[in-house]
Amino acid sequence: MKIKQTKYMKLSGLEPLILNENSNFINVGERTNVAGSRKFLRLIKEEKFDEALDIARHQVDGGAQIVDINMDDGLLDGKEAMVRFLNLIAAEPDICRVPMMIDSSKWEIIEAGLQVVQGKCVVNSISLKEGEEKFIREAKLIKRYGAAVIVMAFDEVGQADTYDRRIEIAQRSYDVLVNQVGFPSEDIIFDLNIFPVATGMDEHRKNAIDFIEATRWVRENLENVSVSGGVSNVSFSFRGNNTVREAMHSVFLYYAIQAGMNMGIVNPAMLEVYDDIPKDLLEHIEDVILDRRDDATERLLDFAETVKGTKKEKTVDLSWRENPLQDRITHALVKGIDAFIIEDVEEARLQAEKPIEVIEGNLMAGMNVVGDLFGAGKMFLPQVVKSARVMKKAVGYLNPFIEAEKGDKQEPVGKILMATVKGDVHDIGKNIVSVVLACNNYEIVDLGVMVPPEKIIQTAIEERVDAIGLSGLITPSLDEMVYLAKEMQRQNFELPLLIGGATTSKAHTAVKIDTQYKNAVVHVNDASRAVTVVGDLLNKKTSHEYVAELKKNYDEFRTKFLKRGKEKSYISIIEARKRKYKIDWETSEIVKPRELGIQTLEQLSLKELLPFIDWSPFFRSWDLHGKFPDILTDKVVGEQASIMYEEAQVMIKEIIANQSLKPKAIFGLFKANSINEDDIAVQKKGGEEFIFRTLRQQLKKREGIPNHALSDFIAPKETGKTDYIGAFCVGIFGAQELADSYRAKEDDYNGIMAQAIADRFAEAFAEYLHKQIRTKHWGYAADENLSNDDLIKESYKGIRPAPGYPACPDHLEKETIWDLLDVENQIGVKLTESLAMWPAAAVSGYYFANKEAKYFGLGKITDDQVTDYSKRKGIKKEKARKWLHPNIADS
Amino acid sequence: MSNIYKALQERILVLDGAMGTMLQAYKFTEEDFRGERFKDYPTPLQGNNDLLSITQPEAIKTIHGKYFEAGADIIETNTFSGTTIAMADYQMEDLVYELNYQSAKIAKEVADQFTAKEPHKPRFVAGSIGPTNRTASMSPDVNDPGYRAVTFDELRIAYKQQIEALVDGGVDLLLVETVFDTLNAKAALFAIEEVKDERNIEIPTMLSGTITDASGRTLSGQTAEAFLISVSHIPLLSIGFNCALGANLLQPHLEAIANKTDFAISAHPNAGLPNAFGEYDETPEEMGEQIEEYLKKNLINIIGGCCGTSPDHINVIANIAAKYKPRPHAEIALEIR
Repeated sequence: MKIKQTKYMKLSGLEPLILNENSNFINVGERTNVAGSRKFLRLIKEEKFDEALDIARHQVDGGAQIVDINMDDGLLDGKEAMVRFLNLIAAEPDICRVPMMIDSSKWEIIEAGLQVVQGKCVVNSISLKEGEEKFIREAKLIKRYGAAVIVMAFDEVGQADTYDRRIEIAQRSYDVLVNQVGFPSEDIIFDLNIFPVATGMDEHRKNAIDFIEATRWVRENLENVSVSGGVSNVSFSFRGNNTVREAMHSVFLYYAIQAGMNMGIVNPAMLEVYDDIPKDLLEHIEDVILDRRDDATERLLDFAETVKGTKKEKTVDLSWRENPLQDRITHALVKGIDAFIIEDVEEARLQAEKPIEVIEGNLMAGMNVVGDLFGAGKMFLPQVVKSARVMKKAVGYLNPFIEAEKGDKQEPVGKILMATVKGDVHDIGKNIVSVVLACNNYEIVDLGVMVPPEKIIQTAIEERVDAIGLSGLITPSLDEMVYLAKEMQRQNFELPLLIGGATTSKAHTAVKIDTQYKNAVVHVNDASRAVTVVGDLLNKKTSHEYVAELKKNYDEFRTKFLKRGKEKSYISIIEARKRKYKIDWETSEIVKPRELGIQTLEQLSLKELLPFIDWSPFFRSWDLHGKFPDILTDKVVGEQASIMYEEAQVMIKEIIANQSLKPKAIFGLFKANSINEDDIAVQKKGGEEFIFRTLRQQLKKREGIPNHALSDFIAPKETGKTDYIGAFCVGIFGAQELADSYRAKEDDYNGIMAQAIADRFAEAFAEYLHKQIRTKHWGYAADENLSNDDLIKESYKGIRPAPGYPACPDHLEKETIWDLLDVENQIGVKLTESLAMWPAAAVSGYYFANKEAKYFGLGKITDDQVTDYSKRKGIKKEKARKWLHPNIADS
Repeated sequence: MSNIYKALQERILVLDGAMGTMLQAYKFTEEDFRGERFKDYPTPLQGNNDLLSITQPEAIKTIHGKYFEAGADIIETNTFSGTTIAMADYQMEDLVYELNYQSAKIAKEVADQFTAKEPHKPRFVAGSIGPTNRTASMSPDVNDPGYRAVTFDELRIAYKQQIEALVDGGVDLLLVETVFDTLNAKAALFAIEEVKDERNIEIPTMLSGTITDASGRTLSGQTAEAFLISVSHIPLLSIGFNCALGANLLQPHLEAIANKTDFAISAHPNAGLPNAFGEYDETPEEMGEQIEEYLKKNLINIIGGCCGTSPDHINVIANIAAKYKPRPHAEIALEIR
């Protein structure tokens, strides 16, 4: 046959769908149709839209390339339901990536649907049923809205039910659309009416073959059009016998597609593979579809009785349980399945001479596979941690047997000391590295958080460890690491030193730490690198060479780094103040807070915080990189990210049910003015005054570009205007206890997960509280309307900089916040000697409301500002230098 | 009016650069924005750049003139926010007709002067139609993803009012630009079709989307090609991208659509990405180099600048554009309708 086609239909959701000569049959999902699915109708009636969306999602996941949506039901407000559902779908990228099909017999519902979909969709359907005038009017509008259209083979006389009537109506509809409306012919789809066969009525015998032949005629004669139809109709008389129905659909499609049918509404679960249909059944069905015998219907009815009720069942695939023992153990480790590990290990133990052999033999063989897959990028960090969980469970089972034999314990390949340094409380990254090393058969001595240097040194000697790993998140931790390197040098250590954590960098390691210690210092900021680095360091044969290479590499890096950046020039603090950011205080709007003073918030449910969670950093802490929610469908890490996300949801549900995490917050809003350019004087109720010291940028900038300090955003005292400032601290309590409870059950995976979730809640709480401040307590943006994405992008008015972050890197100012709000006594968040917050899942900072307030990075400052700052603050210059030194130029 | 089709077949046309960046240099105060006429207006007016067409018309004309002098073929009217929806921020909904009409009129005056001086190089005025500050296919409410702050019909009516005023003021073409939500753009196109139909006139229409992040999607989540498909039901003069990303980051998205459409292709990128202070610091030469890459690849029919670009940028771009042939594209059949 010769299909007439020069142009091809193009549709779009978030992504394009283009029909061309190479495209396969386009499958339209049909389950979101209240007329066709009782379940969907019930969900819409009960307004259970989440579950209704799941049905749509399920269809797209199952391969539907277009989603048909129909809300035509007498008891529904169809227009309202259509708009509501399409709007909700628009917020679900995994559904709305495909084009929509707006399905209704009422024009007002179709038009309402067209007005809420951004992509190019399909209208289902219009026809000549009520005459040409209406047909033309609707087609014109559809064209103007930018959609393709399904035209039913229906006219003023009735629905086409023969070959001749089908082609007559198709021809007439085509002429009107193309010639009178100017409708693009490639955007026309004919539904030529699929009717049931084998009904027992003679006039229905040709229903299938007439459709197929009319399809052929249309594709050969009407240029560029498509042909569609609802396939399940054809088998209507075999309701209840799915084996026959599925085979009938396949046979019908097999012939209709050959004739040019290129899209259709098909339930993929109701489709047998054509080649898998038994020969005898196939013959009987073809007789009916193609109307090949007078007694075809009777013969199929008889035959159908014999194939009734052979139903397929879906079960979890447990076929791997049939494999040999070692394969099962390896499978369990690679997949992280712990359900059968004890019985498999027991079987292995009974076969082995000594229980230790099970660890050294069977389990290590499995873990080597895990290590290889991880190294090749075919497994991801969370999977490896799950493997470790299975491993731990197996070893935990074997240990009593090993001890009973008083046999040799398993010999680890090395012993690594891990610690988060003094004053710092952040240990998610350190825990991940520990677990990864442990499952590569290193023994880990984990000293936990806030570990003083003496203890690290002492333990390293006593435990005769092979390497030391240090972690830290806040800037003062960098100094602790430098100090420890010096101590190791002083005491003539030879152990390699590993450095990691969010605030560390190769530059800092090379410039500040490597120079203090003659032996190996390595910056490892990626858990997946830890194994190879430690392996190289501890390999007796090659480590000498590796360390020499490492030293050389850091030396070169250091030289390059120090050369760079010399050309930056700075201006004096006096000059910088002249170039401050100037707000026109005469016209600038200052909103008085509705509620001045200090308040605490301890009764909040975690549920309130859920919409404010920014998930992207959660995945980052597991070395899965990408933006949420796109990361869930990412080609490389999407599957793993989705699993983790689901697991996180389960844990969050438990946390909420058990109230195992508790959010607490304190905040205050105060009168304030900037004084002496860079300070902010804050008036507490009762007249007590507190002073925030801010730091000013000193980098030399182009003419007209200001040198910012946070004080620029508060009205100076001399303006005579009263301005305002806020301060806050939020903390999530209970994370440590929760994580420990998992670890007590040998479950490091969920331990780390609990900490990561607590961190997300802390950030979400800060976001939530800031919104409450803007819209309620302060109320300067009472009517703002921002989505979560906007919040994450910080597109709101006003800022909440936090001490220790770029606009105000000075951690010392946390003490001022603590004094001002009495944070520790009121809600229990403490400051460590390095001014880290405890519990670790906590955020503190200031609120600035001026609409010109914005985030900036301080950059480097010079010695004159350090002197000035120490005088203003009344502290020794040495102390100021200690805390500010990451920001002091050329220091 | 339709000689822009002819010009487009002959050469690469140059669009102007940023209006906002140029206006910043004037450092207009609240009083300057108000002028005599809005002295006592109840809301603050500083920042309402569109209003300057009424209160500071000489400044607007001067800027238009500078872009023509720099080599622009097409300038945009100062009407990016000229809808009742965007003007609601200043309670100036009632002024929308006048704002658009005046902006079109003064732009056309300047264009006519230049065309009279250089008849071999006719100058055109494009009525700038911004995206408004609301999205029709996304919810601003985190707790209710099904909520919409604006409907298709509200957008259609607002756009229609702006379009009618621009056409009355004498624009040669329309430019629906910085499209971040395709549904907003579809409402604008719908309104344009209505005006064309009711007045029985032809209005060449440019459409320009904006891709906001490196993943290559519009803010409303569409890929460049899905965006193209969603707006191709109307016979456009050109389609392309502007704003958000700098010239170099825009290139893959232009490539994604250039061989999939018969419409002309336009681009008016920013002068690079904003730096940490929200300023654009790509020099004319840097931007020119990147734009020359497009032209070498034969991707472009209309080229100009968006945020952060100045007449210096446009001058460099115009000089480069003169060296290259336009991308071949189908001549638009006006009879399509």
